[in-house]
Amino acid sequence: MSDMRQLYQEVILDHNRKPRNWGAIADANRHAEGHNPLCGDHIKLSMNVLNDKIDAIAFEGHGCAICKASSSMMTSAVKGKTVREAEMMVEEFRGMTTGTLNPETRENHLGRLKVFAGVKDLPSRVKCAILPWHTLHAALTSVVSVSTEGEADPIPGSEIGGQ
Amino acid sequence: MSIAGKNIDSIRADFPILNLQVSGKPLVYLDNAASSQMPQQVIDRIVRYQKAEHSNIHRAVHYLSELATREFEEARVKVQHFLKAKESREIIFTRGTTEAINLVMHGYGRSFIGKGDEIILSGLEHHANIVPWQMLAEEKGAVIRVIPMNDQGELLIAEFEALFNEKTKFLALTHVSNALGTINPVKEMVAFAHSKGVPVLLDGAQAAPHQAIDVQDLDCDFYAFSGHKMCGPTGIGVLYGKAQLLEKMQPFMGGGDMILSVTFEKTSYNVIPAKFEAGTPPIMAAIALGTAIDYLNGIGLDNIAACEHELLAYATKRVSAIPGVRIIGTAAKKAAVLSFEIDGVHPHDVGTILNADGIAIRTGHHCAQPVMQRFHVPATARASFAFYNTEEEIDKLVEGIRKVQEMFS
Ligand SMILES: Cc1ncc(COP(=O)(O)O)c(C=O)c1O
Repeated sequence: MSDMRQLYQEVILDHNRKPRNWGAIADANRHAEGHNPLCGDHIKLSMNVLNDKIDAIAFEGHGCAICKASSSMMTSAVKGKTVREAEMMVEEFRGMTTGTLNPETRENHLGRLKVFAGVKDLPSRVKCAILPWHTLHAALTSVVSVSTEGEADPIPGSEIGGQ
Repeated sequence: MSIAGKNIDSIRADFPILNLQVSGKPLVYLDNAASSQMPQQVIDRIVRYQKAEHSNIHRAVHYLSELATREFEEARVKVQHFLKAKESREIIFTRGTTEAINLVMHGYGRSFIGKGDEIILSGLEHHANIVPWQMLAEEKGAVIRVIPMNDQGELLIAEFEALFNEKTKFLALTHVSNALGTINPVKEMVAFAHSKGVPVLLDGAQAAPHQAIDVQDLDCDFYAFSGHKMCGPTGIGVLYGKAQLLEKMQPFMGGGDMILSVTFEKTSYNVIPAKFEAGTPPIMAAIALGTAIDYLNGIGLDNIAACEHELLAYATKRVSAIPGVRIIGTAAKKAAVLSFEIDGVHPHDVGTILNADGIAIRTGHHCAQPVMQRFHVPATARASFAFYNTEEEIDKLVEGIRKVQEMFS
C-alpha cells in the first residue's frame, strides 16, 4: 500500500485524536489488558456485561494511531451487542485484517470498521489493529492479560464464538 | 559530495541494493544501525567462494579444504589488523555480537563471578549486553549495578567511578549506543576499571563500522562486534579477547574442532582460538567479513567517520529545525544515529508513513528498553546513516516528517 491516505483516513485520525469511550468503568465485571511489548501499544479494557449484553465499555492506554483508533471504534461498535455478536465481530475483524475475509464480497457486521481493511497489506501493523479485539476476546473469556506481539494472526484457534 | 577523493555516486554504485524502488520510490535506506548494506565486492567474494573454494576447514588434506582453511585464517588476520590486536589467536569468530557476549558470560563469567559479586553495566546497553549478565547474576547470586546518564544521554562518570567497590568483578559497556548514538569515553573508563582490577568487555557493534578501533590502545579485555553492521553478511561476528584471559576461560560450546583429544574418560581442549570455535564455523561469512574489512579500509575508517559526522550534523540541523520534533540523545560525542519523536504521533505511524515514500527507518525500542524508560518514551523513530547516504536523502527524510505532521495535524 503506497497511498497512506487509504490507511490513515480521516475517521482513523479523528478517533486517534479524540478517542471515544476513553477511561475506565468503575464497577466493571469484565476487564483485560492488551500489550504489544515490541511497539509499546498498551490498552486496558473494562466492561460491564449484563444479561449477556455489553452494557458499558471503556478503554485507556497508549499506542499508535492504528491501535488507538481501532480501540475507540471497537468500543463504539460493540456497545449494546450480545457477547455472541461481539465475538462474531472479533472473528470478522481478524479475518478482514489478516486477509481471509474480504468485507466487500462476504456478508459481515463490520460496517464502519471496514476502514481498517488496508492494514492487511502492512504485516507489521496488523497486530496494532487487532490488539483491542484480542483484548476484548480475552475480557469476554476472562483472560486478564494478552499480547499480540510477533503474531500476524494473534488469536490461536478459531472457535472464538463457541466459548 | 565525496569521500576520500571518491565521488559519492561511485561509492553508491558499489551497493546494488541502493538502486531498489520501494513503494514506487527510490529506496532511502536509513536503518544502518540495525544492519548495513553489502557492496558488490563482498557479494562477488561470496559467489567466488561458493563456486570455487568451498569445503570444510581444518579437516582434510585435499585441495579445497586447504584453500578454504587458508582463506578463513586469512580473514582472521584481517580482523586482527582491523582491531589492531596483538595476535590473530585473540580473534574468535562467533555468530555476532550477541554470541560473543554470551561466550564471555559463559566462559569467563561463570568461572570468575560468584555470589555477591557485582557486575557493572551502563544504562545505554543493548539487550544483548544486559540479558546474559542478568542470567549470570541469577544463576550465581551476583548483583547488577547500572551507570546512570544525563538528559543528553551521556554516562555520568563520577557516578560510574562511585559504583566500584571490592565486590566489583566485571564491567560490560557499549562503545557506542545504538539507541542514541552516544560515543562513550571508553578508554578512560577502561583505565579506571583496570585501576580497580576489574576486566572490561566493550560492545563494539555500533562502533566498529564507523570509526577506527585499536583494542591495544583502548586496553579493553574483550571487544565484540557483528559483520552485518559493517557491510558484511549476517551470521558472523567477532570476539576479541586478550590471550591470557582467553586461555584461562572455559569453552562455551563443546564439539568438533575445539578439542585436542577425546576419550570417554577425558577430553582435552584445543588451544585458542579453536577452543571457542566448536563445530563447523560460518566459513563463507568469515571470508566475506574479511572482504568487507578490505572494502572499508579502501575508503578509510577515518574518512568514513568524518563523512558520517557531516551527515549527522546536517540531519541534526535540519530535523531539529522542524517545530514539534524532539531529538532524543544529544551527547557532545555522537555516532550517526538520530533518534527523534514527533509531537502527538506514535513512532510506528511515522515509520509506516515514511515507508510509503521508500524511506526505511527503525521505530521501536531498539532493543534498549532501559534507554526508553530513562527518556519516558515507549519508543522512538531512529534514522541511522552510513557513508553511502547523502544530504538529498536527509532532505527526503525531512520532507517525510513534514508530511507525517501534516497528516496528523
Ligand atoms: C550496541 C549493540 N549491541 C549488540 C547488538 C546485537 O548484535 P547482533 O544482533 O548482531 O548479535 C546490536 C545490534 O543491534 C547493537 O546495536
